[in-house]
Amino acid sequence: MSVLLELDRVSRSFKGLRAVDNVSLRINAGEIVGLIGPNGAGKTTLVNLVTGMHPATAGRVRFDGRDITRLAPNHIAKLGIARTFQVVQPFPRMSVGDNIAAGALFSGGSESLTTARRQAQELAKQVGIADCFEQPAETLTLARRKRLELAKGLAMNPRILFLDEVNAGLNPAEIDHALKLIGKISQSGITIVVIEHLMKVVLSISTRLVVLHHGQLIADGLPQEVVRDGRVAEAYLGKRYADVRRGAQA
Amino acid sequence: MRTLAILAIVVALFTALIFGGNYALRLATIFSMYTTLALSWNFIGGLAGYPSFATAAFFGLGTYASAVLQSSGMPMLAAWLLGGMVAAAFAGVIGLAILHLKGHYFAIASLALVEVLRELVNINDQLTGGGMGLNLPVTQGGVTQQALYFLTAMLTLAVLTLLSAGAVHRGKFGFALRCIQQNEDAAVMLGVNARLYKAAAFTLSAVFPGVGGGIYASWVHYIDPSDAFDILLSVKPLVMVLVGGLGTLFGPVIGAAAFLALEEAVWRSFLTIHAAVLGALIVTLILFLPNGLMSISRRRLKANKT
Amino acid sequence: MIYLQVLANGLVLGGLYAAIAVGFSLVWGVLNVINLLHGSFIILGAYVAFFGYALFGLHPFLSAPIAGFILFAIGYSLQATVINRVIHAPVLMTLTLTFGLDLLLNNAMLLAFKADYRKVVLEPPLGSLFFGPIVLPLDRIAVMILALLMTYGLYLLLRDSKLGRAIIAIRMDQEAAALMGVNILQTQAMTFAIGAFMAGAAGSLLSIIYPISPLNSITFLGKAFVICVIGGLGSVGGAIVGGITLGLLESLTALWFGPEYAVPISFALLIAFLAVRPTGLLGRRGYE
Repeated sequence: MSVLLELDRVSRSFKGLRAVDNVSLRINAGEIVGLIGPNGAGKTTLVNLVTGMHPATAGRVRFDGRDITRLAPNHIAKLGIARTFQVVQPFPRMSVGDNIAAGALFSGGSESLTTARRQAQELAKQVGIADCFEQPAETLTLARRKRLELAKGLAMNPRILFLDEVNAGLNPAEIDHALKLIGKISQSGITIVVIEHLMKVVLSISTRLVVLHHGQLIADGLPQEVVRDGRVAEAYLGKRYADVRRGAQA
Repeated sequence: MRTLAILAIVVALFTALIFGGNYALRLATIFSMYTTLALSWNFIGGLAGYPSFATAAFFGLGTYASAVLQSSGMPMLAAWLLGGMVAAAFAGVIGLAILHLKGHYFAIASLALVEVLRELVNINDQLTGGGMGLNLPVTQGGVTQQALYFLTAMLTLAVLTLLSAGAVHRGKFGFALRCIQQNEDAAVMLGVNARLYKAAAFTLSAVFPGVGGGIYASWVHYIDPSDAFDILLSVKPLVMVLVGGLGTLFGPVIGAAAFLALEEAVWRSFLTIHAAVLGALIVTLILFLPNGLMSISRRRLKANKT
Repeated sequence: MIYLQVLANGLVLGGLYAAIAVGFSLVWGVLNVINLLHGSFIILGAYVAFFGYALFGLHPFLSAPIAGFILFAIGYSLQATVINRVIHAPVLMTLTLTFGLDLLLNNAMLLAFKADYRKVVLEPPLGSLFFGPIVLPLDRIAVMILALLMTYGLYLLLRDSKLGRAIIAIRMDQEAAALMGVNILQTQAMTFAIGAFMAGAAGSLLSIIYPISPLNSITFLGKAFVICVIGGLGSVGGAIVGGITLGLLESLTALWFGPEYAVPISFALLIAFLAVRPTGLLGRRGYE
């Protein structure tokens, strides 16, 4: 397997607070990586760093061998890195179709607005929002907005897609649908990084698990192993409960 | 409704061109100038959503650049075009400094440009004649001939501006600007080079007013700083676009026509209170018709459907 | 030696400038409204003082609170009826609206008072203080002191009164303030009214220094802009720092380049600050 994305001792500090602390990580093409950790662990900041939204204060990010650490976000998007936002970011007064077409037009490789809109139709069908294609994005329910977000990301023709809390606020049936969709996307060849804090969700689809805590990488490996790692339990449950749990397992 | 308005405008223009006396020709020329300014403002203010008050700065630069060039012997037409280039270059450079600002800060920076330029022109009286103003070479031909000549020039400029606006609106450029207006951060993350697009929009909002300024200066044969850099030249196009419909293609044209009609009909007759009448128009517009005239007809249509 | 005089001139002007700008800064920082009527408010206050003196012999220093209250009433009604309808509208709308309102007010003043420049000439004149080589006209010093006192009064109001707390609460988080029981509409109207009060009172004070006419309302508006951007929005400290900076800047440019350069240089500085440090010297974040 080839290394698609590499983070090399990447850090990001905000006024003395280390949001991401010396993280090194290699993501291979074709994986579905679950990025987990308690709230505030730095997961979203990490994605922001990779996509160029915030500059790293230390370290390097390499995509396909190429150093992208200092590139502008719109440039990185064109290289094939896409992400969805935890709080969805549509173009509110534009139609669902135009929202998706934007992704295709500006980084997905569509040459014209017409081809972009055609691609948008396909994608809208894929994620299941074809029926509201002409509606303004701001009229959509949360679940549909999440799908729109997903479609926009896909429209960008990415090689790696970061899904940031794509399941937040969804009911179990909607989560199920989302997971099936993610599976299909992975099969089409796109590397996926799923940021989640619902363990169950992430365990069911990830081929690999990476755990962040206080900005640091504390575990990285197969899901079954990572889940049993003491430090992970400590991060989520706190030291006392982790000890209790360890005691119960012994 | 919109097509009716456009047809009416075209008919009026043709009538003025063929049958009009000097007054009609003059009106048509002013209309063309207003249309140019309004369409230009729409690039940065309507489409991109950046509230620019710099139109007067670009216009004024155009008047003075072309006037100064002509006084050194450059032929009129070339001077006009160069006036546009100067304004565009200015916009490009200044844009680097202020286009990263949002909302109020951007508005004020753009407003300050007008003030700074006016005072600088005032001070550099060796070059510009300062407060005494600058005379331009008189063009040849009788009064009507001249009137026709300048109407043609302004109208051509207006048509060129409209064609550019059409190309922008229908294509990728306009689409990008709309994305920037509605959610600039998301647009950037999607691959939109916002900095470039904004700079291009700002430059477009400058080049046509720059040429227009040049034509205007030759038309009236005399310019001075407070006329060329009049803040109303920044506000009126804005109001015209608000009247006609922000961010639409023909909105600025319709708005310019409506505004001019009002201007001629109402406040030229009330010279002492014409500022107040403009103020009242603005207040009424903002409070009751924020989507412009077009929103009236749409509302009535909706009411009729139920 | 001449620099001492320039410094003194700048500092003395600075106090007045702070009073001119602090109301503007408050409205912008708290309500997120750029009140383009501010310059006209100042001029209106100046006219109150002018006519107060010309008709009743009332000293401009005494007219200041009267002018203040007149403008307070005007400001309150404007905000409560018209401006609060666009408070949440895009910047374009609020700016254009206040521009339109200013056209109305300014035209009304032109009709009422004519464009001629008026000045309050005090009989007998106050004379000057002499500190060695420095000349300090007493009227300017008195104006500076009063202006600073007024500004300090506003500072105390904001810091210690219930209304002041409410204003600051809205500035920090409007929704939370509403949940805490702050009457948003009322407080917003009061904020705008206070801004108008300061403008009117400052206008009264400056009537003995500057010639006044509806034609130069825009001059004072411009100064308020520069002071707010350079000093920082929404705080009394910002207005004072900005005011003194502008005062010094004007004195120095008058000395180095000539008085006609004062305005373009201060505006150029405004643009430079906006480009590089829009939050001003004191750095408190205004709204965008």
